[in-house]
Amino acid sequence: MSIKKVLTGNHAISYGAMVSRVQVISAYPITPQTQVVELLSEMVADGILDAIFVNVESEHSAMSACVSASAAGARAFTATSAQGLALMHEMLHWAAGARLPIVLAEINRAMAPPWSIWTDQNDSLSQRDTGWMQIYVESNQEAFDSVILAYKVAEQVYLPCMVVLDAFVLSHTSEPVEIYDQEKVDEFLPPYKPMVAIEPGKTFGYGALAAPDTYMEFRYKMQKAMEKAITLFEKEGKLFGEMFGRTYGLVEEYMMDDADYVIVTVGATTSTARVAIQELRKQGEKVGLLKLRVIRPFPFDKVREVLKGRKKVAVLDRNISFGHHGIFYQEIKSALYPLKERPQVYGYIAGLGGRDITVKDFIDIYHDMKNREDMVEIIWKGVKL
Amino acid sequence: MKNWNIPQDELLYSGHAACQGCGGALAMRLALKAIGENAVATIPACCWTIISGDVLYHALKIPVFHTAFETAAISATGLKAGLTMRGFKDTTVFAWAGDGGTFDIGIQAISGAAERNEDIIYFVYDNEAYMNTGIQRSSATPWGAWTTTTPVKHPEDKPKKNIDEILAAHKIPYLATVNVAYPEDFIRKVKKAKEIKGFRFIHIFAPCPPGWKMPSDISIQVARLATQTGVFPLYEVENGKNYTINYLPPKKLPVIEYLKLQGRFKHLNESQVEYIQQMVDENLETLLKKHELTHGTLENIPRPEFYK
Ligand SMILES: Cc1ncc(C[n+]2csc(CCOP(=O)(O)OP(=O)(O)O)c2C)c(N)n1
Ligand code: SF4
Repeated sequence: MSIKKVLTGNHAISYGAMVSRVQVISAYPITPQTQVVELLSEMVADGILDAIFVNVESEHSAMSACVSASAAGARAFTATSAQGLALMHEMLHWAAGARLPIVLAEINRAMAPPWSIWTDQNDSLSQRDTGWMQIYVESNQEAFDSVILAYKVAEQVYLPCMVVLDAFVLSHTSEPVEIYDQEKVDEFLPPYKPMVAIEPGKTFGYGALAAPDTYMEFRYKMQKAMEKAITLFEKEGKLFGEMFGRTYGLVEEYMMDDADYVIVTVGATTSTARVAIQELRKQGEKVGLLKLRVIRPFPFDKVREVLKGRKKVAVLDRNISFGHHGIFYQEIKSALYPLKERPQVYGYIAGLGGRDITVKDFIDIYHDMKNREDMVEIIWKGVKL
Repeated sequence: MKNWNIPQDELLYSGHAACQGCGGALAMRLALKAIGENAVATIPACCWTIISGDVLYHALKIPVFHTAFETAAISATGLKAGLTMRGFKDTTVFAWAGDGGTFDIGIQAISGAAERNEDIIYFVYDNEAYMNTGIQRSSATPWGAWTTTTPVKHPEDKPKKNIDEILAAHKIPYLATVNVAYPEDFIRKVKKAKEIKGFRFIHIFAPCPPGWKMPSDISIQVARLATQTGVFPLYEVENGKNYTINYLPPKKLPVIEYLKLQGRFKHLNESQVEYIQQMVDENLETLLKKHELTHGTLENIPRPEFYK
């Protein structure tokens, strides 16, 4: 029997890791992530979870411990935020390059300086090109579910996966979360059986030097694995729905059937945007919402399929690539470019460092997009100058 | 004939990629003889990244996980945890790193693993510089030595970092210094380390002919002189407090005997050599006192017949 618990986003992640039967956990404290591993360390200490908890001296080491534990064939887990994720950077490449299906819960927190503990996406997006898959979630239930799904896909394509949730908006906010029956989770996510693992008696070098003659093929295969993951996220997301009643895909559409105008969101602001869309619909506006859920691998086809034939698209970025655009704005534009007939796309930057993004903001964004004819690179929302 | 107590099994294949006379390569050969096949290793960036072979070839009879430069200790920790969860509980997991990866960039992870008393053996093969990137100084480079970043006009002006004391201060169960020129002592200590649980640290003196600017056929001679002059004493420390010197040369040779064979010290003048002699004497004095404090006497320090 599944049970319902009122959980913060952080504890939803801990439970997600628990029912995924992670075997090695290694982490280092950072706000707002800490509670994820506090609860896990308690579960290990209480014997509820059969795992080894390695209390390391840095995030670099936390990821490193996960990397080698995973290379030794164990299911490994960690969680972090902002500066911690940045410190892991080198080992994030190691995890992906060594093709290790580690799952990392990343609590989106703005980068310092100036110090901030509140949400934005620049920390996780700085790691976009490390070879990690990235899932951005909207609710605590989705956070819990996504940990299980992340392992399910990661272990088939041998790529690590980040489950990303907003600091405080989700991490410290309580919502009811359904915790599924362990046996059913086991059925969906069987124990990790790696194709190759470091173990005594097996004579090989894992990650040794590759000359120009051999290196490129490793990268080609990584890309192929990413492409395969696109189909797997859909397939496993459906299967997940059949087993647990909640279906997940690469993106989510909301009131999109007849929408001429579309707002694109990633993460917890999606819930706010949903309310704005409802309001606008009441006023007779033909507007819909596209939520990007899986952003690596990027669901090009899906995005094209959903946005083709629409008039205008507004992309909300809680992040910025300095000297360029909001990152999802870039990604959406790049996906749409090959289409012969493309909707007009506008990029809005809002909510950096945890600033509120309100229903009114989305309504404003909608009207701004609808009335705009000029070409602009960035539209800042809510900057006080 | 001397009765060598060294296992015949070879777990390092010929065809590896080390230079001739590489102390680091010989060190691995000896270490594996002592550890045996039920082992896995992790190697960070260092000469051994190359020596062990590329993605198509592998020169060792045990698996190796290649890891990032600063992560040897934590990488071994993770391997141990992963293997334990998979039921390989009695496998020896060891890290194998150079002096740069140990004394410098890797020290945070080593200190963490040592303090937590992780159940791994940490080997540092100390060739006293960053050899893999072309002989730059590390904090293991001895005072007065030439490297490409401490050129002849400005040779290394800091004494070698005392990594053993740093590790001893972590009160780890076992620490030993070994020298490839003393293989029996080497094997005995690795075998001993293998039987101990917790964090074990083995500091290997490993000459490097190109880095030390010397012909490759005198590696062992130079290595032996390092111990016979007192530059690299052989000792063990248990639980951070019990010191045992394992071998003292019958007659301590002057350091010049060791220095003069290596191009990296060629530029030194008499007073500089004298300064090195003083440092070596002081270090040895301190060590002798610690041995005496542990054992109450200096009488029992062996002076094996063979080395006389
Ligand atoms: C983070 C990082 N910085 C620098 C390097 C470049 N690097 C590779 S090996 C090496 C030197 C290794 O020296 P040491 O540990 O003494 O081993 P040796 O090469 O002497 O065997 C350096 C600096 C690296 N691989 N990673
Ligand atoms: S450079 Fe020195 S340490 Fe490196 S392989 Fe050659 S001899 Fe060995």
